[in-house]
Amino acid sequence: MDLAFVLIQLLNGLQYGLLLFLVSSGLTLVFGIMGIINLAHGSFYMVGAYLAWSLASMTGNLATAILLAIPLTVVLGMGLERLLFRHLYSRDHLYQVLLTYGLILVFEELRSLIWGDDVHGVAVPALLNASIPLTENLSYPVYRLAISGVCLLLALALYFLIQKTRLGMMIRAGASNRDMVQSLGIDIKLIYTLVFALGVALAAFAGMINAPLSSVTPNMGSHVLIICFVVVVIGGIGSVKGAMAASLMIGLAETFGQVLVPEVAGMIVYVLMAIVLVWRPEGLFGRK
Amino acid sequence: MTEAILRTEGLTKRFGGLVAVSDVSLDLHVGEVHVVIGPNGAGKSTLTNLLSGDLPATSGRVMLDGRDIAGLSSDQISRMGVGRSYQKTNIFLPFTVFENARLAAQSRTPNALRVFSRAEQYEAINALAGVALESAGLAHRAQRVAATLSHGEQRQLEIAMCLATQPRVLLLDEPLAGMGPHESQRMVELIGKLRAEHAIMLIEHDMDAVFALANRLTVMVNGEVLETGSPEQVRSSPAVQAAYLGGEELLHE
Amino acid sequence: MMQGGAINRWLPWVVIGLLALFPMVESNFYMQLLTKVLIMAIFAMSLDLLVGYTGLVSFGHAAYFGLAGYALALMGPKYEAASLWWTLPGAMGICVAFALVTGLLVLRTRGIYFIMVTLAFAQMLYFVFHDTKLGGGSDGIYIYAKPTMNFGETVLVNLEKLDQFYWLVLFFTAGTYFLLRRILGSSFGRALMGIKVNEHRMRALGFPVFRYQLASFGLAGGLAGLAGYLAAVQFGFVNPEILSWHQSGAVLMMVILGGMGTLHGAVIGAFAFVLLQEVLSNQAWFGIAAKHWQLAMGILIMLVALYLPQGLAGLMTKFGRKPATEEAVDD
Repeated sequence: MDLAFVLIQLLNGLQYGLLLFLVSSGLTLVFGIMGIINLAHGSFYMVGAYLAWSLASMTGNLATAILLAIPLTVVLGMGLERLLFRHLYSRDHLYQVLLTYGLILVFEELRSLIWGDDVHGVAVPALLNASIPLTENLSYPVYRLAISGVCLLLALALYFLIQKTRLGMMIRAGASNRDMVQSLGIDIKLIYTLVFALGVALAAFAGMINAPLSSVTPNMGSHVLIICFVVVVIGGIGSVKGAMAASLMIGLAETFGQVLVPEVAGMIVYVLMAIVLVWRPEGLFGRK
Repeated sequence: MTEAILRTEGLTKRFGGLVAVSDVSLDLHVGEVHVVIGPNGAGKSTLTNLLSGDLPATSGRVMLDGRDIAGLSSDQISRMGVGRSYQKTNIFLPFTVFENARLAAQSRTPNALRVFSRAEQYEAINALAGVALESAGLAHRAQRVAATLSHGEQRQLEIAMCLATQPRVLLLDEPLAGMGPHESQRMVELIGKLRAEHAIMLIEHDMDAVFALANRLTVMVNGEVLETGSPEQVRSSPAVQAAYLGGEELLHE
Repeated sequence: MMQGGAINRWLPWVVIGLLALFPMVESNFYMQLLTKVLIMAIFAMSLDLLVGYTGLVSFGHAAYFGLAGYALALMGPKYEAASLWWTLPGAMGICVAFALVTGLLVLRTRGIYFIMVTLAFAQMLYFVFHDTKLGGGSDGIYIYAKPTMNFGETVLVNLEKLDQFYWLVLFFTAGTYFLLRRILGSSFGRALMGIKVNEHRMRALGFPVFRYQLASFGLAGGLAGLAGYLAAVQFGFVNPEILSWHQSGAVLMMVILGGMGTLHGAVIGAFAFVLLQEVLSNQAWFGIAAKHWQLAMGILIMLVALYLPQGLAGLMTKFGRKPATEEAVDD
């Protein structure tokens, strides 16, 4: 195994990890701030991918498709929060699980009705359809680099939003003291709606930009969801920092696992999770 | 004086930068009520939590019968004979009063082989629960669902559950909070009776009760022990009088 | 209260008696459907032990259900019938062991964490069977011959016969019901209920909470294994879908639909759920819509979560019956 090969796997692992971060950061924010477990989060990833595919085949251009799709997913997120999730904040997790499980079934069937059950591919945008040669016969696709770059930018923006802005301050305060925020006259309901919509949009966006790399398949949502659960468990509930660390960890572990020990690659993330549970049950960055 | 059954040495608890309990050393003897007073936030409840194992100590020791129990879990400490009541009522609301006490009594017996026989057929456990309810003055409420009790009665149940575990050490965190005068009087009498066979630590704000019961008094401020000694000693301590703003009315009643 | 207690005593026997007579009336499709209901009832009761009585919301319960099915498929000879005498206890034993091992890990967590971690471990098992050759990959394994239940040369129960298999399943369902009822009325069961209501207080009273939870988790795993074993026998094959999270979601729905914290609720829930599934996916009635029956099921699940948190059993108490949660207490 030579250096270029390791480099490629490293880049792949990071890219996968960053993508996982986009999906899991929304999940962990919604957990941390609203105290909601959302099994349907993976469905947003799937919706994003299908939107990208169908809009791209209509417009002929993935970039246009993404630009059109993002507002749709934001609206979807806000609508779901207003109509459904709002009723769950004070409820036992049990009912959150049940309701969002029902929501998955609804999403899956609507997907089947609207887009069918076929597997689709999305073309890499022409502009980014190139490769950087590393050795004589190894090269690295530009599109993957571009995705990593976009994910990094979004992660930075998210960090900035939460740490430096007034909205972020309200979000952080809302996480620690709901009554205090409300007594300051801040509209906590609006914040919840926005945070939820942000989570939906991030997950869907991840599905859109990843569509050219992995095919668009009916059950793509549930796989991503479970991996994101593992990410949140390892990183610690509500910790965006933890989500980042755990996403990269899992991205690298799974990518290298598939190359080095393909037979047990599927198990690696769960073994990682088991180790973290023994060592730090509250997660790497979780509060005790 | 008898040997202390429970003794703390340099007990300290930090939450991040905040020192909630700082270098507290005190001891509890059978036959004595050791009252801990102090303003809100003085670290009294945290101290109780450290003794009962609900919270792990940052440093220091808790010696029970000469053995360091700091670091043990709350269920282990409970089984070693340390019972506690909670400041906020902490009972099984959907169960009957009797079942609350019965569960507490059941905790003292090994359970491994009791998977198939009915819980109520163990007379010794039922008796223990009955006696505990009787002592706490709740026998007439045995069949009521705990959630339907008055606040004061729920406090009594809290004590009854504690007694049903047959502890040698009792840690009582504001047992009188929210009780009416009649109920309070009852509770003070009960604690006075329990003193004979138990080592009791009592956290209380009600100064009538404090001076009616205290054999030994410790004043805590900002996590530290300001003064400890007999009630008379503490009452006349200049440090206590200086620290307690408006303390005259508290201590010179 | 006395009246309720008496009803509790004889009603299960009446129901079991009526169910036992069913094969006399109807012998094919509906009997198979009822067999499936009874198997799911065992599965739902095992989960109710965790969710309704111990306060542990497991979203990975299908793992034990599926594991037992695979255990049967892998333990027996390939083309001949296996003996039920050792494959059933073997399969259940494997499930108990797996539940105890995963329990050691998942019980270190609470709340949302617990839900996610149980789901993740179940999914791990799913991938073990889906991705490796161990269990035939995504195609699964056929169980060509149903297990035998012989005593010497005598065939005690012929599982190939639908009615005999039905009675066997009914026996196990009734057995599970009475076993759990007994256990929940014992000191051990009371301790579990105490843990569900107020775990912290139980610990302060001196109960080693973790051990009780682990025991409950192991028992629930074993009983889910019983259900999974019987399901594998009925279907004649196993594939990774039987331990997928859809199965975990379905059984959770049964528990809540029936009314959690009541054993009969779990049975009612299993009955209602399987029936709903049959009705909604009935092409003769719903035509093309039947293909998308999960849409209706999904909406229904959401409605139950929002408007029927106490399930059908809770609905009954609204019409004047005593609170269902007291069932085991004044048993």
